[in-house]
Amino acid sequence: MPDALPGGFAAPLLRQPAQAGLGEAAAGWLLAAPAALALFALLLGPSLMLLALSFTDWELGADGLRWIGLGNYAELLEDDSFLAALRNTLLYVAVVMPASIGLGLGVALLVEGGTRLRAAFRAIYFLPVVSLLVAMATAWQFLLHPTIGPVNRLLGLFGITPVNWLGSSDWVLPSLCAIGVWENLGYVVVLFMAGLIAIPAELYAAAEVDGARSGWARFRLVTWPLLGPTTLFVVTITAIRCLRVFDTVAALTKGGPNKASEVLLHVMYKEGFTYFRIGYSAAITAVFLAVVLALMLLQTRILDRRVHYA
Amino acid sequence: MRPGPERSLLADLPRLLLLGFGALLVLAPYLWMLSASLKPGGEIFRDSLSLWPERFHALENYGKALREVPLLRFLLNGAVVCLAILALQLLFAVPCAYALAKLRWCGREAMFALVLAGLLIPAHVPALPLYAGFAAAGLLDSYAALVAPFAISVFGIFMFRQAFRSLPDELIQAARMDGMGELGIVWRVVLPNAWPTATAFATFSIVAHWNDLFWPLVVVQSPAMATPALGVLFFRAEEAGNDVGALMAASVIVTAPMVAFFLLAQRRFIQGVATAGLKG
Repeated sequence: MPDALPGGFAAPLLRQPAQAGLGEAAAGWLLAAPAALALFALLLGPSLMLLALSFTDWELGADGLRWIGLGNYAELLEDDSFLAALRNTLLYVAVVMPASIGLGLGVALLVEGGTRLRAAFRAIYFLPVVSLLVAMATAWQFLLHPTIGPVNRLLGLFGITPVNWLGSSDWVLPSLCAIGVWENLGYVVVLFMAGLIAIPAELYAAAEVDGARSGWARFRLVTWPLLGPTTLFVVTITAIRCLRVFDTVAALTKGGPNKASEVLLHVMYKEGFTYFRIGYSAAITAVFLAVVLALMLLQTRILDRRVHYA
Repeated sequence: MRPGPERSLLADLPRLLLLGFGALLVLAPYLWMLSASLKPGGEIFRDSLSLWPERFHALENYGKALREVPLLRFLLNGAVVCLAILALQLLFAVPCAYALAKLRWCGREAMFALVLAGLLIPAHVPALPLYAGFAAAGLLDSYAALVAPFAISVFGIFMFRQAFRSLPDELIQAARMDGMGELGIVWRVVLPNAWPTATAFATFSIVAHWNDLFWPLVVVQSPAMATPALGVLFFRAEEAGNDVGALMAASVIVTAPMVAFFLLAQRRFIQGVATAGLKG
């Protein structure tokens, strides 16, 4: 008689996990099933299908499709638009990412370096992150307008001849990069501020005792090393955000003039959704995915090394 | 480096000046956008540098912006789409996250691995096959096409799982003792106890989809279905797009709701968008 045993509720307690085990497994399955199905139907399935499509010559509206192996990828290597897009996208990342991170770290250090107006500055710098980028791109277009734009008017006061910021192939990419820094800066600032707050104050005190008197010495000995993981995270996130540059190009330049501002997602959009060359566009998307994955892999590699050797 | 005891204003001045100068650069497009939206066209052409209008033309500009394209309809579409996406994301992600965090079942590790794999894939990757699917089903240019692809948020599952794991098991045991079913536990015990995560995720999701241009551009053709981001492009394509004052007024109208929302709930916003950085 289990009930007669001392500590009589031990038996039901023992029995319960077995019962709950079955029920728990069923509940787990049932609760996760809708998400699992949706995950396959909307993300994993279509992504695999995309990779498969990149080996075909399918065009929307065409009767059938043929397997052409690496045909699309071979065509990419000779496609001026794609090559310009790849070059411009990497250039965009190479400029916007370090600029946003350098400026963002500086702003975060300054904001955290005092108490006055901290919340206000944080909000102002963050504002572009939550603003509708297409609308703000339109505002930038007015600012950068060759004849009536305030930027050229301001430069004119100093005798500088007007520049056709978005209309000349020399200036269009630098202009888009500037808008990119403006757009990403607040994001970087907020991430670095979170990293700075996590550094224990005692470490600064200890560094000062050890002779790190100047602000620069404290930054080099305490802030920068302890900010390492944050920095790595910020680098990856910002790089991926930059790789996805699309809105400003679609709204302002459409890749022009003369492909000088063509970027990966915009070529992919044009080929796939305006020319309906699905197979070819899929190959461009695959290249885009490969670049994103390579970046993430690089991040985990560096993280691993840090964990092992630091 | 570290905010010590309050410094004197004089010592703090270089910091304030540098940050103030940067803030001015960040705010510049907002200031001139607002300014131009209040000015008549002639004044913009003559002197675009000064911010304060000599003659107020706000009624005409904003009136024209609202007349030329259905801006309010765009805002409404944006709200409907964002809220529908958020509701579906919660509906799919929250129970799954609970199952991953608190229940033992075979397949759990595999499911979590799939979620992590999903985190690596940008939303642009499944776009082409999804588009072909919606086109074949005759569903382009509809709310369904705007909402459905985002019903599953792997990031949401991940974020909620992390939050649910830190909830005490006793809480769930107690609810079971009270005879609550697992679904009841998910929605009435677990989710309310992870409220900061829920609001952070909600702000992240709403900002991301309010601002998204790529997918609406792909599936929407008619202005009646346009979201605010796409609406700006429609406006620019109209004749009124050449009227700088009206164009800036339209930009102000579509930018204002999210900015106002942000200023009201800054902390939550920054938390949501920053912690959700993983999938931007």
